[in-house]
Amino acid sequence: MEQYVTLVQILGGTVRLAVPVLLACLAGLYSERSGIVDIGLEGKLLASAFAAAVASAVFGYAWIGILFAILAALAFSAIHGLASINFRGNQTISGVALNFLAAGLTVFLGNAWFHRGGFTPQLNGPQRFFPITLDTLSAPLDYVALPEWVPGIDWLRPIVQFLLYVIELPFYWFGRLVALVLGWVASNPIGEPLVNQLLLGHNIITYFAFLAVPITAWVLFRTRFGLRLRAVGENPKAIDTAGISVSRLRYQALIITAVLVGIGGAYLSIAQNAVFTPNMSNGRGYVALAALIFAKWRPGPALLVCLMFGFLDALQIRTQGATLAGLWDAINWIFGSWLPAIPAALAGIKTYEIPVQAVQVLPYVLTVILLAGFIGRAVAPKASGLPYTKDR
Amino acid sequence: MRGQLPRWVDVALLPVLNVVLAFFIAGLIVLAVGQDPLKAISIMISGSIGDGYSLGYTLYYTTDFIFAGLAVALAFHAGLFNIGPEGQAYIGGLGVILGALALNGMHWALVLPVMIVGGALFGALWAFIPGYLQAKRGSHVVITTILFNFIAVSVMGYLITRVLKPAGVNSDESAPIDPLTRVPALAQFTDFFKHTPVNVTFILAIVALFVVYWLVWRTKFGFAMRALGHNPTAANYAGISNEKMIMIVMALSGVLAAMVAVNNVGGVQGRLILNFVNGAGFVGIAVAFMGRGHPIGVALSALLFGMLYQGGQALAFEMPDIKKEMIVTIQALVILFTGAMGEMLRIPVAGIFNRLSAPSSSGEGGR
Repeated sequence: MEQYVTLVQILGGTVRLAVPVLLACLAGLYSERSGIVDIGLEGKLLASAFAAAVASAVFGYAWIGILFAILAALAFSAIHGLASINFRGNQTISGVALNFLAAGLTVFLGNAWFHRGGFTPQLNGPQRFFPITLDTLSAPLDYVALPEWVPGIDWLRPIVQFLLYVIELPFYWFGRLVALVLGWVASNPIGEPLVNQLLLGHNIITYFAFLAVPITAWVLFRTRFGLRLRAVGENPKAIDTAGISVSRLRYQALIITAVLVGIGGAYLSIAQNAVFTPNMSNGRGYVALAALIFAKWRPGPALLVCLMFGFLDALQIRTQGATLAGLWDAINWIFGSWLPAIPAALAGIKTYEIPVQAVQVLPYVLTVILLAGFIGRAVAPKASGLPYTKDR
Repeated sequence: MRGQLPRWVDVALLPVLNVVLAFFIAGLIVLAVGQDPLKAISIMISGSIGDGYSLGYTLYYTTDFIFAGLAVALAFHAGLFNIGPEGQAYIGGLGVILGALALNGMHWALVLPVMIVGGALFGALWAFIPGYLQAKRGSHVVITTILFNFIAVSVMGYLITRVLKPAGVNSDESAPIDPLTRVPALAQFTDFFKHTPVNVTFILAIVALFVVYWLVWRTKFGFAMRALGHNPTAANYAGISNEKMIMIVMALSGVLAAMVAVNNVGGVQGRLILNFVNGAGFVGIAVAFMGRGHPIGVALSALLFGMLYQGGQALAFEMPDIKKEMIVTIQALVILFTGAMGEMLRIPVAGIFNRLSAPSSSGEGGR
């Protein structure tokens, strides 16, 4: 039972850690499907995490943080688009430049504005997103407190508040309903960790990220826009001949990319954490890119790969300071005791502490192995990375 | 449109204009946070080449950047974008320290070749693997070299903290190299450099510039390499084995990157410490693009970035609001303008030149 709870906890952690990678991965999917390689995902993630934390600290609301995160990602996308669509430059170089730009600019601006060595002020209350729990779902609905800076004609304020209240109502009743069902599931000992650790306990961005997967699949494979997007990544000339603007489509893809990766960045600084720290994206953009390749540029598999990376990440936190014997036991428990007991003669290795670095490095090593095509070969969209030039 | 411009415009004027543009925008950013960019520049110049002491530090950084820049440039001539000099230099440090500690106590002139070869072997290996994966398995070298940077951090972190660290030492570092064995600082030969870290490796960097020039433009191998970079299909038809070339060029690129370790591990630090590369490998990318892959350009831009890094240290004292990350921003802008947005200035400059040189040539000015 205790191990069951641990397992569910790890799965909950898996979901939490997979979210930024998943959002960046879906973002990259739109861009790369349209034929634009986006090494700059890492930088966009970092820049939008910074923008979210700053805007949220200044304006006091997490939603405004998200808005600015998206704006920051859009600005980066615009530079990338300018370089790779208009000036037909090298997309990889542009992406690398954007990553450095984010790494440098966030710390420089953060320090100039807040004088905390690149950290932003700690966020609390409405400045950040909190996990949704059974309690918050069934909490009574209240008027939204409007911030001071909302431009105020005095008699307008109660009207705005009332409108917000009305908008909130259906969400409130939906929440009550969900709380009722999940509360019943949670009343039994098997369901309790499942509800509190895995299904709930996440903030709203997490649910959005998971919802974005089927939406992406639908957009990509069931809409006219999706068909054109896939076509422009494979054969831009055909799209051009059909009288559709290649540049326009690619810019549209870059906008969607910016929105998704912007939300992913905001997740890092105002949902998962409550502060921006220098270089907090920590390679997640690159991992997302690798996940995208492994998923062969398809949304469903992308979800699975991102969850796998999340699982490794969650495991890494769990195995800090674990010994070899502990690992042995865990494997035995998961796969039903098929490993023999460690012989007494080798008792010494039981206490061998698994190095932190060995677990840290796992996702990267795994990615290299995947990229090397030892587990299925990935074929990129044909026109990806190539600037399109009209023949005249 | 290409080829209509005089050669000196392509080789000198446009790169300089792009760099000026990068610095101009960086200046605007500094201005935007309420600081004086001109004052910052004057502090940086006097703090980087004002006297022998600051020049010594500048040249120490320049040494790192020349090697890293050459590593990126060499690979780029073969059409390979090596983003991994950071990791290759880090792993190279392992070869340097193993070589140095094996012969610890001997005279540096005897040990230096061993350190170079040791570093070269490890750095070459770390770059060869992505090269192999690109050549044989088709996995893109850009992504694998990035991943190998991360893997290098973990591998070296483990080795330094759990294997190379002598018993009874608190800080995470290897055993020290004997002062007699360490690559000597230039200050030991001339008082001019005072107590600065610039060492004999700097001379090695100058030699490397000539060697790379000779290799790329004066040998059959260099020709094959450039052919591969310009047109892999044509290179293949000309009888060049692209797979073999990719692997060899990546390994050579790793050798150059690993020389950063000779400078730091064998010279300045005299021991293997965590994260001794400290971003030099990434600076190499900016240096290579700014220098357009030519050793002369690489030398000049490495010097410029050396001045930026040393000047940035001086700046941290005088204007604490301008953090050293501003230099990473400049680095990014330089890569962006010289590497990815070269066309942006090229189009207007070409327009001006067309108007100046041939006013009668009918409206062929566009693309």
